[in-house]
Amino acid sequence: MTAELLRVDDVVVEYKVKGARDPFRALRGVSVHIEPGETLGLVGESGSGKTTLGRAILGLAPIGAGTVTLSGRDITRLTTRERRALSSDLQVVFQDPYSSLNPSMTVGDILSEPLRVAGMARRAASDRIRALLDEVKLPVDSVDRFPREFSGGQRQRIAIARALALEPKLIVCDEPVSALDLSTQKRVLDLFIDIQERTGVAYLFITHDLSVVRHVSHRVAVMYRGEIVEQGDAEQLTSHPSHPYTQRLFLAAPVAAPAQQAKRRAERERLLREQAEADVTGAHATLLSKGSR
Amino acid sequence: MSDSALTSNTVPVSSVRSSVWRRLVKNPLAVVALVIIAVVILCAILAPLLTNYDPNRADLSAVFAPPFGEHVLGADSAGRDVWSRLVYGARTSLLGALIALSVAILVGIPSGLIAGYYQGWFDGVASWFANMLMSMPGLIVLLAAIAVLGPQMATVMAIFGILLSPGVFRLTRTTVLTVRKELFVDAARVSGLSDARIISRHILGVVRAPLLIQGAMMAGIAIVLQAGLEFLGVGDPSTPSWGGMLSDAFLNIYIAPWLLVWPGLAIGLTTAAFAILGTALRDAVQGTDLGASKTKSRAVPELGAEHPGIRPAPASDRLLDVRDLKVGYPVEGGGNKIVVDGVSLHVDRGQVLGLVGESGSGKSQTAFAIMGLLPHGGAVLDGSISFRGEDLGNASRREFVVVRGTGIGYVPQEPMTNLDPCFTLGHQLVEPMRFNLGLSRSKAKARALELLDRVGIVDPLRTFDAYPHEVSGGMAQRVLIAGAVSCDPELIIADEPTTALDVTVQAEVLDLLRSLQRERGMGMILVTHNFGVVADICDRVAVMQQGRIVESNSAEALFADPQHVYTRMLLDSMLDDAPARGARVKGGQQ
Repeated sequence: MTAELLRVDDVVVEYKVKGARDPFRALRGVSVHIEPGETLGLVGESGSGKTTLGRAILGLAPIGAGTVTLSGRDITRLTTRERRALSSDLQVVFQDPYSSLNPSMTVGDILSEPLRVAGMARRAASDRIRALLDEVKLPVDSVDRFPREFSGGQRQRIAIARALALEPKLIVCDEPVSALDLSTQKRVLDLFIDIQERTGVAYLFITHDLSVVRHVSHRVAVMYRGEIVEQGDAEQLTSHPSHPYTQRLFLAAPVAAPAQQAKRRAERERLLREQAEADVTGAHATLLSKGSR
Repeated sequence: MSDSALTSNTVPVSSVRSSVWRRLVKNPLAVVALVIIAVVILCAILAPLLTNYDPNRADLSAVFAPPFGEHVLGADSAGRDVWSRLVYGARTSLLGALIALSVAILVGIPSGLIAGYYQGWFDGVASWFANMLMSMPGLIVLLAAIAVLGPQMATVMAIFGILLSPGVFRLTRTTVLTVRKELFVDAARVSGLSDARIISRHILGVVRAPLLIQGAMMAGIAIVLQAGLEFLGVGDPSTPSWGGMLSDAFLNIYIAPWLLVWPGLAIGLTTAAFAILGTALRDAVQGTDLGASKTKSRAVPELGAEHPGIRPAPASDRLLDVRDLKVGYPVEGGGNKIVVDGVSLHVDRGQVLGLVGESGSGKSQTAFAIMGLLPHGGAVLDGSISFRGEDLGNASRREFVVVRGTGIGYVPQEPMTNLDPCFTLGHQLVEPMRFNLGLSRSKAKARALELLDRVGIVDPLRTFDAYPHEVSGGMAQRVLIAGAVSCDPELIIADEPTTALDVTVQAEVLDLLRSLQRERGMGMILVTHNFGVVADICDRVAVMQQGRIVESNSAEALFADPQHVYTRMLLDSMLDDAPARGARVKGGQQ
């Protein structure tokens, strides 16, 4: 096994719920790892905890138990100062390109902020911004414009440029293309892949869209109710899922071809029937899936 | 309109200040208010140049001198020049307002920022203090303060500033509470910015606009209050002030009634100017509403009449026939922005039409126009809509109510926002049936329970009594589907019915829509951006781009052999058929 860039070990995140006695467990002992230059796709439905895992790695969610290690260094609990030093290694691209950019700052200000915080001189920073805009294929004159002058796809490019500014080793991408139109989505995804191939950055790519995860990931992890139910090689996992939930998930996504989709629909109906029958011995099934993990 | 939810949370900030300013000066009332405030400020600054008289010099020979004589505005009971007292009084008033405002802001903003950003114990304590201050009777506190500390107006106004500060505190705190949840604040934290920097760069800018508005209002209040105190005679008699002048005039109201006019005018105009400025600022920040509603009522009834010849005799199974539909929204400076441009489509009974396109293609607008539910300002400018052979172009609001009630059922994109949180799900199902079908309450309830069972809800009775927040998104969408078919419509319009749902729930909802549609032989328009959904349940597809239908065909033919370049581009963007990226070649291309 090569050197791991990120290792998440048995991480638990709990939130206090007002009025309830027991806290809500968003993550119930999650373990994943990412190697340098690799994309780990993280799929799951809303409420499965996939976003929480991303936020826990970024230090935005409280980690109750377990450890997060980046390049061999324990980053589970860091002070603001230590976190700041880490920002050159670990970055983020959020889902919503509208609220993730401060509407009152120009693109130049948004991009220069991380550079200036890292102590870069003004002139060097402005050169770097030029290079960044070029990298994400935006015109250089974007510097003086405000986020509202850009479309969703362009805004997401700005957010990517901001994440790339300090040449991080890992970028947590939280549903970065979900708010985009189909054609824009493809172009932004290709940009992600292109940047990875050129710079060797690693991604934790969180998404609910199975075709997206297949397209960008080397490996895939499937989350369900705060746990990883299955993980493995992208090709293998997306074409031959082994966990019942993953099977349901993949058959539920419609294909854009009527004949194929009719087949998939029939297959899904058959699977649901089978799984319903298997539910009678449900307790055994749960035990088995736990055992195989 | 998939992106409306995303754009709605843009916040008023300084970047838009230039356009705010432009909008402000377009408002004539705001300009008048600005001019008045500027004149008062100039008078206060240039007071010594505007008059030769000392405002406090008593001249017995000039007692109650009439205006427009030696003294421009006359003289008061002690023979002091009224004009001179008025311009020097402006100094007192503005200074007082400035002191009160500065104190309120100096106390309110930092405490509001800290309380909102960090919350915790400070928030509790500060909020408790704010509540306490707000519950105190302001005027009595001030009178007590004067009794103890003497009639120093600066001190009094500073105390008043503290009494005003809870307003600033609360406004700042609530604004910060919403802004700190924004993703750009998270992004800044990941970038390693210190809290102080995040607050000053990212949060303060957003708080600025609402505070400016509140500040203008508070300045007006401070001036009135100060004048009130001086009128009561608790001010410093040696400082000329508008309130003091009013008090003097009031004592001599039978001898020289015109003395009341000048200070009254000054106080009234200045405070009104501040109040109007505050309101105008708010309007300018929020953006002005286009006066669009007027075009709607005018444009709709003319429809159809322009195309008397082209309407074909409806085929027996033709349910909906839309011809050359054109929908526009009036824009600032006249004219219309056309969002649907000459769309023609038709739906037969028992047929599912997919209306596909990217955001802004006009697909939702087309659906809204068919239902007569265009958002504020939108109007059908041209074309005809015929449903069951009746022309909806000529339909009145009342006729549309009938068509929508019993002819067309609607399934929206966001199930949660389309259910009223104040009523139980059962109530929301029963009401339309009672209204449209004239059912009794018990019959309607029986039917609603039957429908809930039909849409796959496990415990219909419990769901019937539940409120929207007590059910999941998928469940809410099932309830809405039950509602859409409750009055036996012949056409269902589903606007991105599964976009907000998880993929497994989406599959279930699509199953449900399809089986209901087949069972009842309904026609259906499915608005979506997802070709997978189209392939799943549509018989025919129309692809929209920039308000036009660029291609329309049977589903099999469209997927097998797309004709238009845009359709091909969209289908190429699908990632379904693309090979998986697969395992990384270690030590390979990187």
